[in-house]
Amino acid sequence: MKNLAYLFLIGLLISSCKSEDDDNGYTATPATLEIPALFAQLLPTPNIPQDNPLTEEGIALGRKLFFDPILSADNTLACAACHRPQQGFSDQRQFSIGIDGIAGTRNSMPLQNLAFNSSNTFNWNGSANSLEAQGLEPVTNPIEMHNTWANAASEIEAREDYRLLFEQAFGTSSIDSTLVTKAMAQFIRTLISGDSKFDRYLQEEATLTPNELNGFNVFMDESRGDCFHCHGNPNNPLWTDNIFHNNGLDAVITDRGRGDVTGDPRDFGLFKSPSLRNLAFTAPYMHDGRFATLEEVIDHYSEGLVFSETIDPLMKAIADGGVQLTPQDKADLKAFLLTLSDPSFINNPDFSPPN
Amino acid sequence: MKNALLILVLAIGFSSCSKDNDDNDIAQLVTAQLSFNHQWDGEDIDIFNSSAIQYTNANGEMVSIERLRYLISELSFEQTDGTIIDIEGYHLVDIDIQGALTFNTGIEIPAEQYTNVSFRFGFSDTANIDGAYTDLNVVNWGVPMMLGGGYHYMQMEGSFINDLNEELNYQFHTIRAAENPGENVQNTDTSFTVNLGPLNATSSGAVVVNVDLAEWYKNPNVWNLNELYTMLMPNYDAQILMSQNGPSVFTRGVELNP
Repeated sequence: MKNLAYLFLIGLLISSCKSEDDDNGYTATPATLEIPALFAQLLPTPNIPQDNPLTEEGIALGRKLFFDPILSADNTLACAACHRPQQGFSDQRQFSIGIDGIAGTRNSMPLQNLAFNSSNTFNWNGSANSLEAQGLEPVTNPIEMHNTWANAASEIEAREDYRLLFEQAFGTSSIDSTLVTKAMAQFIRTLISGDSKFDRYLQEEATLTPNELNGFNVFMDESRGDCFHCHGNPNNPLWTDNIFHNNGLDAVITDRGRGDVTGDPRDFGLFKSPSLRNLAFTAPYMHDGRFATLEEVIDHYSEGLVFSETIDPLMKAIADGGVQLTPQDKADLKAFLLTLSDPSFINNPDFSPPN
Repeated sequence: MKNALLILVLAIGFSSCSKDNDDNDIAQLVTAQLSFNHQWDGEDIDIFNSSAIQYTNANGEMVSIERLRYLISELSFEQTDGTIIDIEGYHLVDIDIQGALTFNTGIEIPAEQYTNVSFRFGFSDTANIDGAYTDLNVVNWGVPMMLGGGYHYMQMEGSFINDLNEELNYQFHTIRAAENPGENVQNTDTSFTVNLGPLNATSSGAVVVNVDLAEWYKNPNVWNLNELYTMLMPNYDAQILMSQNGPSVFTRGVELNP
């Protein structure tokens, strides 16, 4: 009995010290994110799951998988086909096209700064509660990659290069959906954009033009644009609140959005606020890509709002169509929004297809 | 040896709920915790189902509550000898986040009688430092610099029916009042302290706070939503009026399991 008690205590001690990735006794090379100084100052530390720590090998594997069409049933469509680096990891098409030539119903979301999303909701409707979970669905979605995970894993495992890379990243060449999505999530967490003109302005390394400054004031002024309540301010360099709103696009809700996930009628027609970073590269706009230009987006909030049951209470002057910006304020607001774009992000060699 | 093990295990078990006094007596501890119970005109409401237009304010306007977030800071417990136990930190109550209606401080205080429990609605000026709190930055709780920066105290939003029988959105946002918005803005601290009165915390440090939302619209200033429903942040006079109406919103509730 005494020995059993000792064993129990020793077991408790050991279990509290053991890390999750020690399951097979293998540890890859730990990696850290390159966090911009502004982010380190203003944002909580990134949200890295304990069971998927960042490693050099995991990130490299995730990058290779992200750009490889091997995950799709006919080996023609990679993640990067709909999340293109030059489009801020979004898609310039209104709807992406799956392997069977079928178009989706929502615009591809940009992938940036997702390591800092502490809301644990991903996708326009928040259907995934982690980046690892987010990676599961597109592979099997019949209008996207239209594959099975068993088939995808089997094809990857048949490749000697991948067996080696999985061995290096996770200490096993037995490949499944869990490890594939873990690797891709690691890569996606490295996609950090924090070097826009406005970031540099905040660090006194750049100056804004008078028009850009006025546009910033329109953005922050509750009596004019009042954009900041949903899309943030200089103290939130993510430029999103990561929650869900009905922003007055349609009088009749045809896409339930967040309501598809929660089943709550109060959530019908709600979609996640997208980040305003990299708008220069991520057209078209809105969850369904209905607006081709930023001018159309600004016109929507200025004169185009329509009422529906679940419209967000932050939407103002709906009967008049919106906040009624002057032509000059509209132009300046666009100029400011473009200062949030970061060419170094889309041209970062670490985020491009591997050799 | 068996006894030694037993003592070790017992010691581990008790370490989380007691502390040594100077005379080595074991003092019982309880966790300081505030729970917020929402009401309308003194009646409990289901704040998770408050988004329909169903409440009538003192001015006769029907309103809904679709979004409600407010910040609590400076929680403190006054002991019978006058010593104040200050609880560090703050809490953002948010009806859209599971569990956020409770401010579980994780701080243990002596299980005893207290002459007063108090907290501050919002931040004091000294704590209201622009950009200082990363968890508040990331949920867009900040206030524009043209209004003095810092953080909101409250965001209460929904719809109401105006005198023309139109449904309009309102944004009842409280911040420190800002005079002359812009580069020469001057702020007035409109946060306030709420005194909840004595607490018998001999078995629990949990305190229930009743939050009567109707009070924002009536005491002492009857609020006319037809006139004051939007763009209230840059409205200095509106912020002063809201601050005057705030203290009666918060009262001591009844702890079910003291």
